Amino acid sequence: MSLYAILQVIWWLLLGVLLMGLAVMVGMDMGVGAILRYVGRSDLERRIALNIIGPHWDGNQVWFILGGGAIFAAFPLIYATAFSGFYVVMLLLLWTMIMRPLGFEYRSQLASPAWRNVWDWVFFVSGAVPMIVFGAAFGNLFHGVPFHFSWDMTSYYTGSFLGLLNPFAIAAGVLSFALSAMMGALTVMNGAEAAMFERARRLAQLAAVVAIALFAICGPWVHALDGYRLIGGPGPGVPQTPLQQSVAVAHGAWLSNFAAHPLLWLLPVAGFAGMAGALLAARAARSHLGWWLGALAWIGVIGTAGAALFPFMLPSSTDPSMSLTLWNSSSSRATLLWMVGFAAFFVPLVLWYTSWAFWVMRGKVSAEQITRGDEHAY
Amino acid sequence: MMVNGTVVALSRIQFAATALYHFLFVPLTLGLSFLLAAMETVFVTTGKPIYKDMARFWGKLLMINFALGVATGLTMEFQFGTNWSFYSGFVGDIFGAPLAIEGLMAFFMESTFIGLMVFGWERLSKGQHLAVTWLVAFGSNLSALWILVANSFMQNPRGAAFDPLTMRMQLTSFPQLIFNPDAQSKFVHTSVAGYVTAAIFVAGVSAYYMLRKRHVELAKRSFRMAALFGVLATIAVITLGDALGFVDARVQPTKLAAMEGLWKSEAAPMPFNLIAFPSQAQRRNVADVRVPYLLSLLVTHSLTGTVPGADALERQAVSRIEDGIPAVQALHVLARNPTDAAALAEFDAHRKDLGYGFLLERYAPDLNDASPAQLERAARDIIPPVAAVFWSFRVMVALGLLMLAYFVIAVLYTLRNRIQRKTWLLKTAVWMIPVPFIANEAGWLVAELGRQPWTVFDVLPTWMSASTHSVAYMAFSLIGFVVLYSVFIAVEMYLMVRAIRLGPAEPGDAGGPGSQVRPSLSPRPLPAAPYGGRLEG
Repeated sequence: MSLYAILQVIWWLLLGVLLMGLAVMVGMDMGVGAILRYVGRSDLERRIALNIIGPHWDGNQVWFILGGGAIFAAFPLIYATAFSGFYVVMLLLLWTMIMRPLGFEYRSQLASPAWRNVWDWVFFVSGAVPMIVFGAAFGNLFHGVPFHFSWDMTSYYTGSFLGLLNPFAIAAGVLSFALSAMMGALTVMNGAEAAMFERARRLAQLAAVVAIALFAICGPWVHALDGYRLIGGPGPGVPQTPLQQSVAVAHGAWLSNFAAHPLLWLLPVAGFAGMAGALLAARAARSHLGWWLGALAWIGVIGTAGAALFPFMLPSSTDPSMSLTLWNSSSSRATLLWMVGFAAFFVPLVLWYTSWAFWVMRGKVSAEQITRGDEHAY
Repeated sequence: MMVNGTVVALSRIQFAATALYHFLFVPLTLGLSFLLAAMETVFVTTGKPIYKDMARFWGKLLMINFALGVATGLTMEFQFGTNWSFYSGFVGDIFGAPLAIEGLMAFFMESTFIGLMVFGWERLSKGQHLAVTWLVAFGSNLSALWILVANSFMQNPRGAAFDPLTMRMQLTSFPQLIFNPDAQSKFVHTSVAGYVTAAIFVAGVSAYYMLRKRHVELAKRSFRMAALFGVLATIAVITLGDALGFVDARVQPTKLAAMEGLWKSEAAPMPFNLIAFPSQAQRRNVADVRVPYLLSLLVTHSLTGTVPGADALERQAVSRIEDGIPAVQALHVLARNPTDAAALAEFDAHRKDLGYGFLLERYAPDLNDASPAQLERAARDIIPPVAAVFWSFRVMVALGLLMLAYFVIAVLYTLRNRIQRKTWLLKTAVWMIPVPFIANEAGWLVAELGRQPWTVFDVLPTWMSASTHSVAYMAFSLIGFVVLYSVFIAVEMYLMVRAIRLGPAEPGDAGGPGSQVRPSLSPRPLPAAPYGGRLEG
């Protein structure tokens, strides 16, 4: 394998890590937002829930921003084609996501119950919609996305918004939402006590059961779909455009990587183990353990999807041979190499100071802390 | 490659509107985070609690502003992909890297530590908290650095070359990309403009308190810090703005011609158009007021230097377009067969004018039968909208000089401790608050309108950069942004004004006029909290 091919694989893996980071960290905050109205019955309880993630949501959200930046830098054609193709979906995502920072900063500035009630609904929408959209976008990859290129790499998207709402995509969207609700509930358990803890505990178990069921259904469902197989082209580590390869569409082909490399089955196993473990941990009121098992569930689910699609990243249903793979959509060798250097230094640094920030703010958030107002002030 | 012209226009309006909106909040964050760090440093070194109150109060206003900066920044991170997909695919290999590094190196730092800055007062030692506040300031400024490195690639593309194998621009030198001279002067110019913005803001709000005799100690000290910070920053903004003009004169002569309303080339020493009414259609200024010698002095720093006018630049463009035609034609061959040796040789001979060939493709989709009239039309395109750039530039410079004069006077009075008695100056200070925001927006317009007709200067024309959306999609998204952003700004302004009216929660302030506002809203005694305004209810 050439250095360029190795760099392409490294960036494919790094993108996976970023997506997992996004799912775990942003998913947890969005989960808290989505279940806010359920776990918090009074204004004070809702403020407790918000202040559990209050010191961290800002830093966590950067996983999302960095995810966008990293796709742009490492796989510019994916960034360009997917984001413009999924235009209405991206707008839904953006418009709901940009309300969230305002929710945190503005909700508790005014005492009016009507004002706060509006923001509580904003938290619900800006938590649920993006997570469903993320999952549904992933689900659509397994159907292929209706786009093609002209000779100069201008991309044309020929599908409709409603076409993205097919049953498999909706199932994937609900799976993603269920996992984030589960993580949100476990996060509330980590930081709250008494009645809130109990409500979150019930919800975490319910969400885990839903997630297990959906993930289990998705397995045979994917097998029944038409999968893509790369049968010819310039191959790894060769500068190319997406106009130079041939792709076959075959029944069940999405599972061919698992057939070829049985060790990959560990990924869905990790997914199930994480969800089942989180369920049991929530039942046993051990939320910190449950949170880590929930993170494992995300790693398993995203890893499973990535392994099934490999080497495809954005399959085209209009012309399967124009599908984007990591080989034909990555940046140049020079860019990937420089970016690996930056990632090798800064990703561990970010993980280190993020852990420190969580450690500094560890512990439960009490009602007394909020009414005293010297910290935990959302 | 035919993107509907209306779609391109709507995409441009949407990008400009969302970027200008985002840029209302960013400069204040850049400067205020540094002022906060300075205040907290004084608190930690002198131990005077009033400086802690200052840091907490201005920190609260910072967060109201920061929320909207972060929210609208999300739009910017994704808009290149959603609305400028050809651009993103064409230069993503270069342009994406600084954006990703910005997230990794700077924005993570700023966002993680801002949470600790707000929530960590009781949990961190004084020294730790101070370090956290400084990290927020450095993080926000590092963010600006990487964003401007990316932007400078659009203004002055360095360290990249077109690769026919991948049909896009690719990175050839990372150091050239990040040490772009345009990036260096622009980073300092822009971030320091943020410091000016924060200084005017803090001075203006402090003046408001002094006029009402509320929180006078805090206001006096804040005003003094802001005025000193502001006078230095304004001098730096003007100096670096001049340096930037000097860079532009070499790398973006069309932008400079538009900034100065320069239709015809003239002999040195060139006069300066103080006021002019440029007409794009007639290629001349309908009326003007000129200062002899001044333009040569300003942009070449000599009396013998000249810069080309639009006429000479258009003539040059004609020959570059002619040279670009074979480059585009070779590209068509290479798209079918990337190893065609003859086409590769032909492409290499003309590659530097590829972008100019693209300019002509707008009017002559089949370059083989491009008429001289079409060529002429494409060449005319290289001059940006002169009146808009000319006037944005003059507004920016005039406001910059106004702010300098104001800060010089403010520093004189505040150092002699006579500022409270100068009611007229305090009133002026309040009215000065919108000035830097207008100057910032004008500066953005000069930089980005002046870049037209290119998204990447001399390399990629704007007309082919946009995504291939329908007009209906674009109308939908544009209306959505307008509605959403209008609601946001209304809410933000309301909360900001309200937080300013409520004022800082000072322990010694209990009987003062400032606290009269509070009891009606909050029955509870008020601790010195960064989120004093959030305590109600």
